[in-house]
Amino acid sequence: MRSCLTREAQTLIRLSQVQRISSVFFGGGTPSLASPLTIAAVLETVSRCAHLAADAEITLEANPTSAGASRLAGFRASGVNRLSIGIQSLDDVELRLLGRNHTADEALGTLEEAKKLFPGHTSVDLIFGLPGQSVSSWARGLEELLQLCDDHVSLYQLTLERGTSLFKQVQRGSLPVPKQEVVAEMYESAREMLRDVGFRQYEVSNFARNGALSTHNLSYWQGSQYIGIGPGAHGRFVPRAHGESLREARIQTLEPDSWMKEVLAFGHGTRKRTVLSQLEVLEEVLVLGLRTDTGITHQHWQQFATSLSLWDMFGSSEEVKELEDQGLLLLDDRGLRCSWKGLVVLDSLLLTLLNQLQQSWADRTAHRN
Amino acid sequence: MLSRVTKAVGVGVGVRLRRACNAAALLCSQPCMEKCPAAHVVFSRPYSSQKEKLDMSIFPVENIRNFSIIAHVDHGKSTLADRLLEITGTIAKTDQNKQVLDKLQVERERGITVKAQTASLFYSYEGMNYLLNLIDTPGHVDFSYEVSRSLSACQGVILVVDANEGIQAQTMANFYLAFEAQLAIIPVVNKIDLKNADPERVEKQIEKLFDISKDECIRISAKLGTNVEKVLQEVIEKVPPPSVNISDPLKALVFDSTFDHYRGVIANIALFGGEVQKGHKIVFAYTRKTYEVNEVGILTPNEQPTHKLYAGQVGYLIAGMKEVTEAQIGDTLYLHKQPVEPLPGFKSAKPMVFAGMYPVDQSEYNNLKSAIEKLTLNDSSVTIHRDNNLALGAGWRLGFLGLLHLEVFNQRLEQEYNASVILTAPTVPYKAVLSSAKLIKEYGKEEITVINPAEFPDKSSVSEYLEPTILGTIITPDDFIGKIITLCQTRRAVQKDMMYIDEHRVMLKYIFPLNEIVVDFYDALKSVSSGYASFDYEDAGYQAADLVKMDILLNGNSVEELGTVVHKDKAYAVGKAMCERLKDAIPRQLFEIAIQAALGSKVIARETVKAYRKNVLAKCYGGDITRKMKLLKRQAEGKKKMRKIGNVEVPKDAFISVLKRQSEK
Repeated sequence: MRSCLTREAQTLIRLSQVQRISSVFFGGGTPSLASPLTIAAVLETVSRCAHLAADAEITLEANPTSAGASRLAGFRASGVNRLSIGIQSLDDVELRLLGRNHTADEALGTLEEAKKLFPGHTSVDLIFGLPGQSVSSWARGLEELLQLCDDHVSLYQLTLERGTSLFKQVQRGSLPVPKQEVVAEMYESAREMLRDVGFRQYEVSNFARNGALSTHNLSYWQGSQYIGIGPGAHGRFVPRAHGESLREARIQTLEPDSWMKEVLAFGHGTRKRTVLSQLEVLEEVLVLGLRTDTGITHQHWQQFATSLSLWDMFGSSEEVKELEDQGLLLLDDRGLRCSWKGLVVLDSLLLTLLNQLQQSWADRTAHRN
Repeated sequence: MLSRVTKAVGVGVGVRLRRACNAAALLCSQPCMEKCPAAHVVFSRPYSSQKEKLDMSIFPVENIRNFSIIAHVDHGKSTLADRLLEITGTIAKTDQNKQVLDKLQVERERGITVKAQTASLFYSYEGMNYLLNLIDTPGHVDFSYEVSRSLSACQGVILVVDANEGIQAQTMANFYLAFEAQLAIIPVVNKIDLKNADPERVEKQIEKLFDISKDECIRISAKLGTNVEKVLQEVIEKVPPPSVNISDPLKALVFDSTFDHYRGVIANIALFGGEVQKGHKIVFAYTRKTYEVNEVGILTPNEQPTHKLYAGQVGYLIAGMKEVTEAQIGDTLYLHKQPVEPLPGFKSAKPMVFAGMYPVDQSEYNNLKSAIEKLTLNDSSVTIHRDNNLALGAGWRLGFLGLLHLEVFNQRLEQEYNASVILTAPTVPYKAVLSSAKLIKEYGKEEITVINPAEFPDKSSVSEYLEPTILGTIITPDDFIGKIITLCQTRRAVQKDMMYIDEHRVMLKYIFPLNEIVVDFYDALKSVSSGYASFDYEDAGYQAADLVKMDILLNGNSVEELGTVVHKDKAYAVGKAMCERLKDAIPRQLFEIAIQAALGSKVIARETVKAYRKNVLAKCYGGDITRKMKLLKRQAEGKKKMRKIGNVEVPKDAFISVLKRQSEK
């Protein structure tokens, strides 16, 4: 596995002809189960194939159980400088519901260790909208965590995945999930609580203080290129070594054994490549960029759409203006972004914006012909 | 006895044949000799390209009987017809003869007859050969227009009543049609083989309601064939031959017409004088158009060519007519240069129930259009107006004779043309008596008919609104009277009559506003009577009514396509139901949506769709983007298709859920 990861990293970095790598994120599944040696090997390959700055952000996702203090130190020694802990909940009943093996105490223990090893660079996850959860029980859990956490918090609403036992129980009606209204209130109260203690909501689900933003995730939302390595990993980059100029959406083979065979045979396990048109790249830039508090700046947009400014795209739309009038969206000298109120209903705003983007793009093409 | 060579079943002409009478039904018998017994030499010959022509001159008028069978649904009319066809050797006797005359899939599935069919039977009785023309009739009042057409070619009817169920609502309606046409009536009590059969009771009902002596009733089992021969003999004994003369000039009534893609219009005719054959030049009295006859023949029940048709006989005629309108039903035919006084003809059928019909997808418009056109070729009673609904797109407003007619039409579209349609809730034609001189001048008349609610004139310029009514007949076991009376009262019905037709069965007569029965009355009646009550109705003219136009508002903006005309007493219930259905169908938006039903400026019902408080995907990193983009783009595409009422976006499904017929409940 280790050699396959490094092999694939090498192949794909070369394919992308990327010169500088700004961050590395070990996530998906439970990477903290991997040996620190594997982490070190991958990082070594990355820095050999491209420039990896000494202060580049290297994040590891860790589950409380599998991350004993000594292991965490091992990861730090192999180059990890940021830890993201999947705490999920500080209520043991809720944790069991989520199928987690750890307890709230174990989670807090891991957090304690991590803060010592990665001060200012430890993130915690919490989930809301769980069956049986109320606005006040949620707020209490968050309050407790806020006493202990570091400078980064991610809050996720529960999404029921098909095939999980939780999904089945909810479908059957044996587990009542909180109503839409209640979930909305949980989210709203959390945003306010975090704001009150100095956290900046720099993305829909992400909060940071003292500038502890995750540069890796921020670059996703800003539409930067990324290379996905390992079974089932996703990537978005231009395969320049093949003389291509369009960005591709790439997915690596999901099943580990097949993935390994492919890497051994071809140097990589890319299962699916989809060429993204310019319009599709712009759509992603729009959808992802608006998730952040800074939104899409004019300069940022310019990197992707050289011919059409944000004003050209959205400035003359009545529907966009309506959203501005409702105080949900702002288009000004800085760029396009959601208001505090608008961020909560971003997916509704995006429908209008995507249609407008498509329209302006078609008009431009028609104009050219 | 004659030869009956079934016509060829080519690939093309197969349209008019049915599978159910498959190979075995395609039979030939030897050309007949004078003393041929009633039994037939039958052999199967699946394919025959030969058409032998029959000589119909051997049937003088006095040996001809033209008759129909009339019955309530499921009382065994079609089974009796099958037996009659078998006994007379018209079709082979097999187990597969089920509703041979019901050619349409919908007829077989619903056990009803929609389109009248004709079959000529040959029967030898007391040494004489008779030509018995069975003209099948639809059983339901919606098709009473077809019934009266069929009856106009008859001199007698077989009235079939189920020995278990007794007289039902449609038995009444059909009896009166025959009675008014002064036809000989042969009462038949069918299904005497059933365990619960009580022919005695049914005969008493017949005596009481129809004033026919119970001694005249023939007890039969059409299923088993018991006493069916007796029925044929009664037809010969009791039904008079048509009173016509061969030496008169040709005079024929077009009592039906069908369209065949290969041969054009096929007119079913009854000859009231003279004769007709290939090569004759004929004129249609109404259209004044002249045609040369290509083919004449009888229906057995498929077309079988003959040399000629003679006065008193019933058959078909093909004369190069390309459109059904060229052979107007009710029109009279005569020979070129030998004009005759036309027969009285028929009142044209008047649509009583209207419904919008739209393709589910606008790209299907042309296909649906052609399907509707084809279907109406053989059903001239459907009226068609092109319509354009802001939400549902281009479509039609169709007028039907009644509800069953509407359902049958829709079902035929789906089954025979594979068309899927949005059918809006049925409405009825209202009338308004105008008081405003300006409007009277504009319309050129004082009383106008309003089909489209958008054209409903304001009360200020109207002296009176009128709504269509029907006289409904309900026959039910007396256990359910209470519930049925309550049901009728909620439907604004006024009782006209109530009588016991035997110890346990009651006949109720009510005047109903038509709009109270068009949607779900029949289902409601069936449910309160555990399925035992039967219902039938006839037109009862217009009556004054307190009608109002109700608007549906979304955040204060009226939704034109949802405007409806309702009786004032029903406005609240209808409005509330519409608001509730809309509430379930309109997705949450960025602001609160008030859904209101209003009479003028007065809001009578309201529902609210709350604003989205949160609509953003919680987690979105590298791997999730593709899925999320797909979802968003699909939603954005859907948003484009929504109709904007003010700033409220309404999906097409919402209109459909409010407008379409509610089949549940």
